[in-house]
Amino acid sequence: MRKLAAALMLLALSCTASAQSTVPPGNADALPIEAAPPDEFQPPAESVVAGLSSDSVAITASFDGSDILIYGAIKRESPIPEGPPLQVIVTVEAPSSGVTVWRKERKAGIWVNAQSVRIGAAPGFYAVATTADLDDILLPEWDNRYRISLPLAMRAFAGQVAVESAVPFTEALIRIREDEGLYRLDEGSVSLIDQTLFRADVSLPANLVEGAYKTRIFLLRDGQVIDVFVAPINVRKVGLERWLYRLAFDQPFLYGLMSLLVAVAAGWGASAAFQKLRRP
Amino acid sequence: MQIYLPIAEVSVNAFTLIGLGGLVGVMSGLFGVGGGFLITPLLFFIGIPPAIAVATGANQVVASSVSGVLAHVKRKSVDFRMGGVLLAGGLVGSWMGVWVFTLLQELGQVDLVVQLCYVVFLGLIGMMMLQESIRALRRSRKPGNRKRLHQHNWVHRWPGKVKFRASGLYISVIPPLLVGVAVGVLAAIMGVGGGFIMVPAMIYLLGMPTRVVVGTSLFQITFVTAFTTLMHAVSYNTVDIMLAVLLIMGGVVGAQIGTTLGAKLRAEQLRILLALLVLAVCGKLALDLFLTPDDFYAIQPGIG
Repeated sequence: MRKLAAALMLLALSCTASAQSTVPPGNADALPIEAAPPDEFQPPAESVVAGLSSDSVAITASFDGSDILIYGAIKRESPIPEGPPLQVIVTVEAPSSGVTVWRKERKAGIWVNAQSVRIGAAPGFYAVATTADLDDILLPEWDNRYRISLPLAMRAFAGQVAVESAVPFTEALIRIREDEGLYRLDEGSVSLIDQTLFRADVSLPANLVEGAYKTRIFLLRDGQVIDVFVAPINVRKVGLERWLYRLAFDQPFLYGLMSLLVAVAAGWGASAAFQKLRRP
Repeated sequence: MQIYLPIAEVSVNAFTLIGLGGLVGVMSGLFGVGGGFLITPLLFFIGIPPAIAVATGANQVVASSVSGVLAHVKRKSVDFRMGGVLLAGGLVGSWMGVWVFTLLQELGQVDLVVQLCYVVFLGLIGMMMLQESIRALRRSRKPGNRKRLHQHNWVHRWPGKVKFRASGLYISVIPPLLVGVAVGVLAAIMGVGGGFIMVPAMIYLLGMPTRVVVGTSLFQITFVTAFTTLMHAVSYNTVDIMLAVLLIMGGVVGAQIGTTLGAKLRAEQLRILLALLVLAVCGKLALDLFLTPDDFYAIQPGIG
């Protein structure tokens, strides 16, 4: 019960960051909200109201990862329906970019990159947190529709696929990114109380890339998605990090000269300092 | 202490970077190599994206070579005229090298070519130096042998002879110019200053005395890497100044320690050490090529 009270309090405190999924966006600044499942004509019997502990992440020089708390409640007009219990899936994803996955082969005794699969868009970071085993709570057709599970998070092979099967390549991409902490599937990490209140903690790694991140919260019953909530997380560099980054891209020549100046000054400074040290 | 690098977009330990810079700085001061062939693979290893490792490595080499070359200028062990000729060749070579690099990138397999280049050149140079310096060490142990200043070979028969006073050489400008071009090309392809090729080429091809080789090589490296850094910053935006500053902090101090150490060691011993270091890096890279990899798959950003 203490958990419940805490979650309620959090909810009350942060109404600014929260939004209701079934209400259409009133103005341009409102959070982009995905349409409710297409075959629903009236508001779903159960819908999500959720918020984030922060809707932006600032990357400073000492940034070494960040934890985001995603919490919310289920809003319903009628009593809790009978049948299988409610389930919640929370995903956080970074903007996507193209990647090439290479497979090495032995040619003339040495290992070389032989075959490749080009993936048009794979998120730089993707975390899935659930209340139970993903396979048990989500039907494949609903997974396909919302692209929830890790293999479905990446889209579109770029160009022609020259290999027999692209599956080992996408599996390798997921495995390598999982090892780096960039892709994560945390089954059972979302806590749901009384089929009403939930919270999920998602930790963002230190090797984070700037961009507009997206959080999605899915409500499921009997393997089917009954409501979706989407909220953005803005990840951006601030202060010195931002200034250097902008300079490098807007004024590359100036930035290059500055880098050289730092190098020459440091080299000269050390030389002069050691000269003094040797002959005091 | 973790620090987030703005261009590389990764978070790394600041002290690891300072330590790496210091280690490479010692090598730089000791042997007259920029240390690019060490710093670049080491940066890959701690998770810096390759393009950024190459460009920022070059920037770090600028700092450690400036620091080293100033120490050598004070000891009057820089042949400026020779350095100038090598530099002229080097800039032309590195411009050509960048062109070749772009061509290789279009063909794919640039990684393999770079790695093979490392193995072949490091292997050849390491063996040559080791053999020669062991022979020299043996010879110097037997006193009474009249030692010639240097061997006269084909290099001395070319036209356009110029006096290189600091090196005590009277040779054609063409061979040093060609050495400069060759090193420049390799430097641009392999993403290094080229000192580890330059130093043996100066000793064995041009017949320069070891005394001025290190200083002159550092002098040339300073300018070639400065040129490379600027080129990378302007065309690829891959120089990470935060990363460079940390590497440089360790590097400049290391270079001074290296130069001091170098003055105390004998030239033959110095050469044996450099040969062993070169062979060690070569062996590591060769193993990567021949041994079955832990992971058959690798991810490369972009779908170029």
